[in-house]
Amino acid sequence: MGQSKHMTIAALLATSFFTIPVSALAQDKILRIGMTAADIPRTLGQPDQGFEGNRFTGMTIYDSLTAWDLTKEDEASVVIPSLATSWAVNPDDTTKWIFNLRDDVTFHDGSPLNAEAIVWNVQKVLDEDAPHFDASQVGVTASRMPTLRSARAIDEFTVELTTSQPDSFLPINLTNLFIASPAHWQAKFDETGDSEAAWAAFAADPSGSGPFRVTNFAARERLELAANKDYWNPDRTPKLDGVVLVPLPEANARTAALLSGQVDWIEAPAPDAIAQIEARGFTIYANPQPHVWPWQLSFAEGSPWLDKRVRHAANLCFDRDELSILLGGFMGSPKGTVDPTHPWWGNPSFDIRYDLDEAQRLMSEAGFSADNPLKVKVQTSASGSGQMQPIPMNEYLQQALRECYFDVELDVLEWNTLFTNWRRGAYDESANGAHAINVTFATMDPFFAMVRFTSTQTFPPVSNNWGHFGNDEFDALIEDARTTFEDDARDAALARLHARIVEEAPFVWVAHDAGPRAMSSRVTGVVQPKSWFIDIAPMDIE
Amino acid sequence: MLGYSLRRIIYTAPVLFGVSVVCFALVHISPGDPLISILPADASVELQNRLRTLYGFDRSYPEQFILWLGRALQGDLGTSIATGRPVTTEVMRAVGNTLMLAAVATAIGFVLGCFFGFVAGYFSNSPLDKAASAAAVFGVSVPHYWLGMVLVIIFSAQLGWLPAAGAGPGGSSQWRFDMVHLSYMVLPAITMSVIPMGIIARTVRALVAEILAQEFVIGLRARGLSEFGVFMHVVKNAAPTALAVMGVQLGYLLGGSILIETVFSWPGTGMLLNSAIFQRDLPLLQGTILVLALFFVVLNMVVDIMQSALDPRIKR
Repeated sequence: MGQSKHMTIAALLATSFFTIPVSALAQDKILRIGMTAADIPRTLGQPDQGFEGNRFTGMTIYDSLTAWDLTKEDEASVVIPSLATSWAVNPDDTTKWIFNLRDDVTFHDGSPLNAEAIVWNVQKVLDEDAPHFDASQVGVTASRMPTLRSARAIDEFTVELTTSQPDSFLPINLTNLFIASPAHWQAKFDETGDSEAAWAAFAADPSGSGPFRVTNFAARERLELAANKDYWNPDRTPKLDGVVLVPLPEANARTAALLSGQVDWIEAPAPDAIAQIEARGFTIYANPQPHVWPWQLSFAEGSPWLDKRVRHAANLCFDRDELSILLGGFMGSPKGTVDPTHPWWGNPSFDIRYDLDEAQRLMSEAGFSADNPLKVKVQTSASGSGQMQPIPMNEYLQQALRECYFDVELDVLEWNTLFTNWRRGAYDESANGAHAINVTFATMDPFFAMVRFTSTQTFPPVSNNWGHFGNDEFDALIEDARTTFEDDARDAALARLHARIVEEAPFVWVAHDAGPRAMSSRVTGVVQPKSWFIDIAPMDIE
Repeated sequence: MLGYSLRRIIYTAPVLFGVSVVCFALVHISPGDPLISILPADASVELQNRLRTLYGFDRSYPEQFILWLGRALQGDLGTSIATGRPVTTEVMRAVGNTLMLAAVATAIGFVLGCFFGFVAGYFSNSPLDKAASAAAVFGVSVPHYWLGMVLVIIFSAQLGWLPAAGAGPGGSSQWRFDMVHLSYMVLPAITMSVIPMGIIARTVRALVAEILAQEFVIGLRARGLSEFGVFMHVVKNAAPTALAVMGVQLGYLLGGSILIETVFSWPGTGMLLNSAIFQRDLPLLQGTILVLALFFVVLNMVVDIMQSALDPRIKR
C-alpha cells in the first residue's frame, strides 16, 4: 500500500510541473515552487546556494540537532530542540557538550537515528581520515560551526560534542549541521566502492529524516519531494502530498511562471510586477529578515569615520521610509543589527532614525559644511546575493548624504571581487582607498551578526572585520557572551554587545531585506517568520 | 577532396590547443576566489588553505593547466566545485539541450532568412524588398532577451497558450518529440531565430541581387531557360555563402544563448555558463567554454569542407 502510494505520488510529481491543470493539482496537493537559485541546491545534506539552499533542500529533507522556531511571524525566530531534546555544557570542562537525542526517529531509508549517526555526520566534514569525509561539504559547514572539533557517542541516544574553546554559540551553530543517513551512504559506497561516487549517488537519491523525501532529482531542472507521512514531529507532518522545486533564476521568468499558473509560489518576484501579481489574486508574503544592508566603515588610519559624530550623522541623515518606497515597500528599517523584538537588542542609547537637523549639527560640529564636504569612498557591487538593489540604493544614499555635507564616491565592483575584497580589509590594496564597503550579511548567529565585525581576533584576513574595528572593551564583551552558557544569560551578554555596537556605530545601517515571496491564494498555512527560512511542512494547498 | 579535408582537420589541432590555453588563462586571471561557491566569506584562513589544497588550487598555474589538459584529453573535465557532479556529464547534457534548441532556431532562421532574402533580392527596390528588408533589420536589431520577455508576457502570462519556462514535464532528461514537449521550445526557438533570420536574409538578399546582375544569368535567360531553372542556378551559387553564414550562426547560438536560456530557464549551455560564472565554478566554466569552443571549431571545419564540396574552386 505504502509503496504504491509513493509510486503514485512520484508519478504525479513527475508530470505536475507545467502540465497538470490547476483543478487536478488541487486534489493532489502538489506545491510547485520557483526558486531564485540557478541550480537545485545540493541535496546531500549540506546545501549550497546560501540560506535558500538550507530553506529548500536542507530543512525539507533533513533535520538538525537544533532548529529555528518558524511558527511566529511577529517575534524573532529562536533556537528550539529538534533531533536533540536537550543539551548542556559540561560544567567541569566547558569545551564539552552533551546532547540527548530523540529515540523515535528513523531516516527515509528506514535506518534509525542514534548517537553514532551524529558522530558520522560530524566526521563527514571534520575528520579527513574518515572514509566518508567530503571536502565539498566542508566549506558550508565548518565555517558555520567554527569551534566544533569532534563528536563521541556516550550511549545509543547521547552524544558528546567537543569545541576548540568554550563556545556558548554552539547550539545555534548546529542548526547548520543536517543529519544524513550513514546506512544509506554505506549502501551507496558498497555499490560504487568510492567515497566521491558514493556522495554523488547519495545526492541523487538522498536519505535524511526530514518531513519530505526525494523522489526525483533532475540536475539544474527540478527536484521532486514526496511527503514523509511518518515524520516524527506531528506539528510538521506534511499535509501536502509533495513539493516540486524548480530553479528559475531570472525574476521575470519566475513572475511569468507564477502568472501563467506553472508554479504556485515564487521567491523574490520582479519588483515592478508586484502590483500585477497582487491584482491577479496572488498573495505577497514579506517580513524583515535577519539581514543587514550596511556600509561597513573603515577605522584605518586617516579614515573619516574615526570621528563618532560623523558615523552617527551618516546614520541619521537619510529617510529609510523614502528608501523603502524605492524598494516597493519590501524593506525593514534597521534600528541596529537586530531589531528591538530580538533577545540580543539591549536598548542602545543611540537611536537610529531620520533626523536631518541633528545630522547636520553633528557634521558642522565635526568641521564640515556644504562648502567643505567630507569626501568618502564606498566599494559596492552591481548585484549579488543579498545585495538587494545595490546601485539605486547607493545612489539614493549618495544623494541623501549630500544634505549632511558628505561627498560620496561609489567604487562599483563585480560581486565576487567585492566579496573577496571583504576578506582583505581596508588596509589592503584591493580596498582602492575606500572608506566603507557595502556587503550585506545574515544575523541569525551571534558570530556572523556581531563577533566577526567587532573582535580584534577577526581582523583581515582572519575574518570579515574589514574596517579593523575593535578594542579591549569589545573583546571582553565577546568573551563574556561566548562563555556564558545559560541561554538567557548568554542572550543578555549578547544584548550588551549589541547595544555597544549600535552606540559606537561601526556601520551605517541602511536596510533589512524583507524577502518578498508571492504565492497562489490556494496555498494555506503560511507563516512568514522574521527569518531567512520558512517552514513548508505545515502548509497545505486547496 | 580527401586531402583537403585532412588538411583542414590537421589545421584545427593548434587552434584547439590555443583555445584550451586561452580558456584556462581567461578563467584563472579573472579576480575572485575559485572556492567562493563552497567557501563562505567567514571561513577561517586554515579552512581556506585546507580546501585550496584539497582542490589543487595551491599548485602553480602551469601545473594546474597540464593536469587539467591531460584529464580533458581523456574526456574527464573534472568535477564541478559547486555541485560535486562530473563536468563532462553536466556539459554534454546541456550541449544536447542547446544543440536541439539551436538547431530548431537555426532551421527557422535559415528558412525565413532565405525566404526574405530571395524575395528582397528578386524584387530589389520594390515594396516587397522594403518589407522583407525591414523584417531582416528587425531581426538583427531587436534585443532578443527583450523579445523573449515580450513573448512570455503575451503568450504565457496573459494568454496562457504556451509555457513560460523549462524544458518540458519531468525535465529535459524525459524529453520527447511530442506536442507537449515541443510547446516548451516554441518561444525560445522563435526568440533565438530572429538574429540568424535577419543576418541570413541580408546576406542572401545581397547575394541574389549580385548573382542576378551577372552575365551568366542573362545568358541563361537568353538561351530560353525557364525562370525556375534560373532560380535553381541562383540558389546553387548563393548556397555556399548562405551555408557558411548558417554554420557561423549555429556556432554563435550554441555558445551565445545565455540571455535567452536564462529568460526561458532552458537547461542548456547558456544557463550552465551563467550559473558557472555566478558561482565562480572554475572546472565547470572551463569545461563548458572548452566544449563550446570545440564545437565552434569543428562546426567551422565541417562548413569549410561542405563549402568545398559545393564549390570545388574553394579547395584551390
